[in-house]
Amino acid sequence: MTFVSRLLGKTNGLIGAVMLGLVLVVAFLGAVWTPYDPLKSDLLNRFAAPGLAHPFGTDMFGRDVLSRLMRGAWVSVSIGLSTLVIPVVLGTVLGAAAGYFRGWFDRLLMMVLDALMAFPGLLIALGLMAVIGANRYGVILALSFAYLPAVTRVVRGSVLSISQNEFVEASAVMGNSRLYTLIVHILPNCLAPLIVLSTMMFGWVLLAESALSFLGLGVPPPEPSWGNILSEAKAHLMRYPLLGLLPGICISIALLGVNLLGDALRDELDPKSASAPSKEAI
Amino acid sequence: MGNTTTDPREPLLRIDDLEISFGSASVVRGVDLSLNEGEILALVGESGSGKSMIGRSILGLLPTPGRVSRGRIRFAGHEITAPSSPEELRLLRGRSIGLIFQEPLSSLNPTMRIGEQMFEAMRLHTDLSEAQIRDRAIEMLRQVRLDRPETLLNRYPHEFSGGMRQRIMIASVMMLKPRLLIADEPTTALDAVVQREVLDIMEDVARASGTAVILISHDLAVVARYADRIAVMEKGDLVETGATRTVLARPAHDYTRRLLAAAQLGTPSPVSGRPGAALLKVDNLSVDFAEKTFLGLFGKRVHHAVRDVSLTVAPGEFVGLVGESGSGKSTIGRAVCNLTPKAGGTVSFDGRDLDTCGAGEEQRLRRRIRVVFQDPFSSLNPRMRIGRIVREGLRHEPGLSAAERQKAAEDMLEAVGLSRDMAGRFPHALSGGQRQRVAIARALIAKPDLIIADEPVSALDVTIQAQILALLKRLQAEYGFACLFISHDLHIVEQLCARLYVLHKGRLVEEAPTPAIFAAPRHPYTRRLMSASPRLEQGDDGLQLAETELPEIGGAEADYYDATRPEDPYRLIDTGQGHHVALRSEERRAG
Repeated sequence: MTFVSRLLGKTNGLIGAVMLGLVLVVAFLGAVWTPYDPLKSDLLNRFAAPGLAHPFGTDMFGRDVLSRLMRGAWVSVSIGLSTLVIPVVLGTVLGAAAGYFRGWFDRLLMMVLDALMAFPGLLIALGLMAVIGANRYGVILALSFAYLPAVTRVVRGSVLSISQNEFVEASAVMGNSRLYTLIVHILPNCLAPLIVLSTMMFGWVLLAESALSFLGLGVPPPEPSWGNILSEAKAHLMRYPLLGLLPGICISIALLGVNLLGDALRDELDPKSASAPSKEAI
Repeated sequence: MGNTTTDPREPLLRIDDLEISFGSASVVRGVDLSLNEGEILALVGESGSGKSMIGRSILGLLPTPGRVSRGRIRFAGHEITAPSSPEELRLLRGRSIGLIFQEPLSSLNPTMRIGEQMFEAMRLHTDLSEAQIRDRAIEMLRQVRLDRPETLLNRYPHEFSGGMRQRIMIASVMMLKPRLLIADEPTTALDAVVQREVLDIMEDVARASGTAVILISHDLAVVARYADRIAVMEKGDLVETGATRTVLARPAHDYTRRLLAAAQLGTPSPVSGRPGAALLKVDNLSVDFAEKTFLGLFGKRVHHAVRDVSLTVAPGEFVGLVGESGSGKSTIGRAVCNLTPKAGGTVSFDGRDLDTCGAGEEQRLRRRIRVVFQDPFSSLNPRMRIGRIVREGLRHEPGLSAAERQKAAEDMLEAVGLSRDMAGRFPHALSGGQRQRVAIARALIAKPDLIIADEPVSALDVTIQAQILALLKRLQAEYGFACLFISHDLHIVEQLCARLYVLHKGRLVEEAPTPAIFAAPRHPYTRRLMSASPRLEQGDDGLQLAETELPEIGGAEADYYDATRPEDPYRLIDTGQGHHVALRSEERRAG
């Protein structure tokens, strides 16, 4: 059985993949096409109930809620994906260097990261946003640095444990350089935890972006993101609960999908759990 | 079912037609076995033979999703396979059936004092007073030959060595005088000398209290000494049962014969080197490890892992380096390969000092040294195909095309007895023995002059061990490499090595040609090592357990250097024909 079919064979893997797939499809569609212009207001048609013309109704400026959610999906997902790049690349380089070469660099880096990890990621992002300014790129940059310590620590930890293997020493005895050994023998074996972490992180970033936008520090209106749609709806929640409910449901679906898929990935990629109940173990 | 009256003719334990399944796959099939009161039965088989599963099923403790899918187990009037209540089984465990595990490090709770752990079961299963329980515990610790037992009760497991911990386990299990003791590989994690002590003690205690024992082991030679009867398992089938002497002398089943053949290893055929200058010359090598003490408050303590060791390996010669774990034997191998920094001494290869010959020259020389590691499961990169793993050994050989490298790798796989198409597989699809063959292929593909083999067969089953040793011998004849063979097992190094170095706590205590050391071991440590490792040999009436009789040697034991007292003066003296032994040096002892 291939990896993908094993992954989708699990209940949580299948449900997670379907939910996340749905979110991604809507997001990519929202990037190129929406039923209405998500920014165009129609003050004569405010708070319209769901109907044929507007399936999810309209908001306080008469903008089509479905169109805003679709474009918002794209904004949120694209921020989520872009935010993965810096922590994964930089975190892998730093973590691998620290874990493999050890010494003063490792000690210094761990001190800095431990200090950073003492604060919640969102708090660090908030602080950075205050300096960088509230816009899409600010969100990406702030969240990137908020999640950098997690990736670095995970990569460093796996590099440390993989380095204990005799195949790493065998490579040294063959006369291979330390850099070659690190890239060819050690890093590919660290991929599994990194993939799992990235999946989970995508979920955290979606949530953090929503939280920042909700606080008015994220993507500035009128550009829609799931967080600021929710934020704008809060003034009208008592009379028009659907306006707040819909972005909330979108965020929940995305997060649940990511977490389910992440769990299934971890079960499948972690060598310890993969070999547990097999016949060879007896 | 809860019939507790015991028929006097009924054996203590009766297993009928037992089948154990994991899902739809059966791991034990059609096993019939019985055990009388006070009898010691050895249950022998290689990994995956299902021997441990039988032991666990007797306790009703099969790991999920395992279950007894057919047959019955009857113990002293109790139906284990169909208990009247879970409570019935729970009361049998500990009280009537004791269990000793393989790993003494994890079977004692590190956060509990020894005494508390010993009292626990007594409180549960008996109504003795605290004072009586304490006295019993002290008496048991004395029976397993631990000194000053009354002081031990307040100590924690980490303060004891593996062998002592296993003795404490025996004491706490046997304290309840169970009618049956199941010992699952109780000494596999221990060194030969300690293994012998622990098993001797276990036998004495069991015989004294009339407890029947099922001794589960992969090593026929070790258990043959203690068992009244032997049962041999192969891949879930019980292939042979019989009295120990009969099974050894006249094995009925082909698999038993193969196991026995592997255990006796055949006649040694040492690989002598070519005369001439030494290929590898290690002079006065020392390696230190810094141990951090409590919280680093008291700085670092230096542990001398290897002290002043000198050795040579001639071209094409197999040299054995023997010692128990912690003796520093692997550290020497690692220091030679530069995997561990030296604290002192020199390593010369092919006449040139590796430290002073210059970086480029050092690299060229080091490429002629390759290593085969102990653990075939960690020595191959799980994400690389076999072909690429073997080919990597050629990475620093210039002037080869990709196709030539691929062909060389496949040729090498064939040379180590694997098929060419294995090149496309990943390591996890291979067995332990096959993986070790791949590791050997990777080491040999660049035609090195020296192989450092660090316990290359000790992680393998006995039948596989013999195959790998034969393979090394055949490849040596073909390629002519020399080998520094590191092992804790004297009988394995005897097979191939022309000379032996015996190492004790980082110091060489004896060095001699292999036949000389086996004919007349001189140093007390070598003699202990030798009498501890059991051997089967061809007697008048088929195979029997060899009684190692050591010839008397002159001199008092006090004359020999004792590595447990490292500050004593030390010198290695020549007693003729290249036989060196460590003595306390007279001249400085006076002072």
